[in-house]
Amino acid sequence: MQRLLASLRRDRRAAMIASLVLGVVLAVLPFVVGGALGNSWLRVLDFALLYIMLALGLNIVVGFAGLLDLGYIAFYAVGAYLYALLASPHFGLHLPVWLIIPAGAVLAGIFGVLLGAPTLRLRGDYLAIVTLGFGEIIRIFLNNLNAPVNITNGPQGISGIDPIRMGGISLARPIDFLGITVPSLHAYYYLFLALALLIVFVSIRLEDSRIGRAWVAIREDEIAAKACGINTRNIKLLAFAMGASFGGVAGGLFAGFQAFVSPESFSLMESVMVLCMVVLGGMGHIPGVILGGILLTVLPEFFRHSAGPLQVTLFGKVLLDPEALRMLLFGLALIAVMLYRPAGLWPSGTRRRELGSDAA
Amino acid sequence: MLEVTGLRVNYGGIQAVRGITFHIAEGEMVALIGANGAGKTSTLRALARQLDAAGGSVRYRGKEISALPPHALVTEGIALVPEGRGVFPRMTVVENLLMGAYSRGRDPAIADDIARVYGFFPRLSERAQQLAGTLSGGEQQMLAIGRALMSRPGLLLLDEPSMGLAPIMVQKIFEVIRAVAASGMTILLVEQNARLALATSQRGYVLESGEITLTGEAAELLANPGVRAAYLGE
Repeated sequence: MQRLLASLRRDRRAAMIASLVLGVVLAVLPFVVGGALGNSWLRVLDFALLYIMLALGLNIVVGFAGLLDLGYIAFYAVGAYLYALLASPHFGLHLPVWLIIPAGAVLAGIFGVLLGAPTLRLRGDYLAIVTLGFGEIIRIFLNNLNAPVNITNGPQGISGIDPIRMGGISLARPIDFLGITVPSLHAYYYLFLALALLIVFVSIRLEDSRIGRAWVAIREDEIAAKACGINTRNIKLLAFAMGASFGGVAGGLFAGFQAFVSPESFSLMESVMVLCMVVLGGMGHIPGVILGGILLTVLPEFFRHSAGPLQVTLFGKVLLDPEALRMLLFGLALIAVMLYRPAGLWPSGTRRRELGSDAA
Repeated sequence: MLEVTGLRVNYGGIQAVRGITFHIAEGEMVALIGANGAGKTSTLRALARQLDAAGGSVRYRGKEISALPPHALVTEGIALVPEGRGVFPRMTVVENLLMGAYSRGRDPAIADDIARVYGFFPRLSERAQQLAGTLSGGEQQMLAIGRALMSRPGLLLLDEPSMGLAPIMVQKIFEVIRAVAASGMTILLVEQNARLALATSQRGYVLESGEITLTGEAAELLANPGVRAAYLGE
């Protein structure tokens, strides 16, 4: 007993030191990345945080509840367009961000229920087809809602969107903070980091909760879940709504950060990308999903930047179009991961034991 | 305790259950036997509300339950052990048992009930931390019954507990079912193995093409020449 307590105390201290180190790393990361690699990589970092939020949202639907959703990016679009419509010269509205982001979460959640309600009896591939259609419907709506009344400005998208403003300070310009000048990309990084951490926290709490266990039960065996007294209808709708609301938050941040939205940003490929982050990282395992989000944002950028110059140094000229090569390598990487680590790069202990992809 | 009157179940255009009437008294164990496709599982699924009945009434403790959603039955006190076991394969044995107590929230007595289930099935306590999907078929059946008991049901519905199990495992499972029945549980047993089902139960109903053709004390049915010829292979 005494030994157990001692090890627990040691573990707690180790955990505290680890989180302290992680905190410092996360705090100085934008300065290191920005200083060493430049602003384009800093933008990649900001996007990685947005994709982590998306991946964690989709993880609730796909990873926890086992409902395959191929139209998830629609919720991102809902959040982004809500922000764009309520804070841009398009309608002349300039509502504050603390109002729009929560409203985006709620509206995306409502859309989540709208998608979930008619698909309650569907599973697997059938559900995938319906959700894929839903994602496309939202995108096509955004593309065409410029006539007869111009709501979304069609394919041109909405530009000149207000930057995120907090307490009267715009994040689009450098901020003086205690004598340190924090450039705009850094400021966005800290905001996105804060919200990503909040979403991680909510995800962890959900996973540990009664609701989280009910989601897993539905994923494992829906009939048995019903026989255990789980109201599968409500619990599934809750998964759709929660997952969608994370996407809505990320969408709002995206609109404020980019100052521009258009339907092009919400194509099927984006849904597939977020799904890849979840599957590749480790379905249902929060650290794995975060890893997947980071890797799938950073690696393609890395290929984009290095494929051209590398060929010049090796062969003296560019033989393969870097863009095509990027997708080729990306596809190969996906196949390799699925062959050699079918449970994902960082699966939960349970998944690992079950699929036996690791000697743990 | 359970009164079923004129229950009908349709599958597409086919009448699987054609207006059957039966009852179960408190503390009784009743077997529903019949050949493949006689409508046994359809009856049980309709009772557990996994299927919509086409007509008839089902009263449990005097309350009409034929329109309740499936999850509400658990709160009423009816627990189903689904055909083919239906354990949660990627949860451990303990987690499966805890899911069985889902409707009870944070009841402190849940720990005692887990101990009680382990009492019935010592095998499960040895495997407490193992993933349910890695258990043998018999162990999974034990777990499915244990999980159903975790909701502290008044009525236990057992759907083909012997299905796909080795004969020795079937004997073991039925020993425990007898022990559970002896503890005062009311049980409706749907079973293809008619001899075993009747040997375990007090009363039985014989289902043929969706209709009840014979009913009586289990011992009487076991002695009935028609039953012996049709279901006991004599």
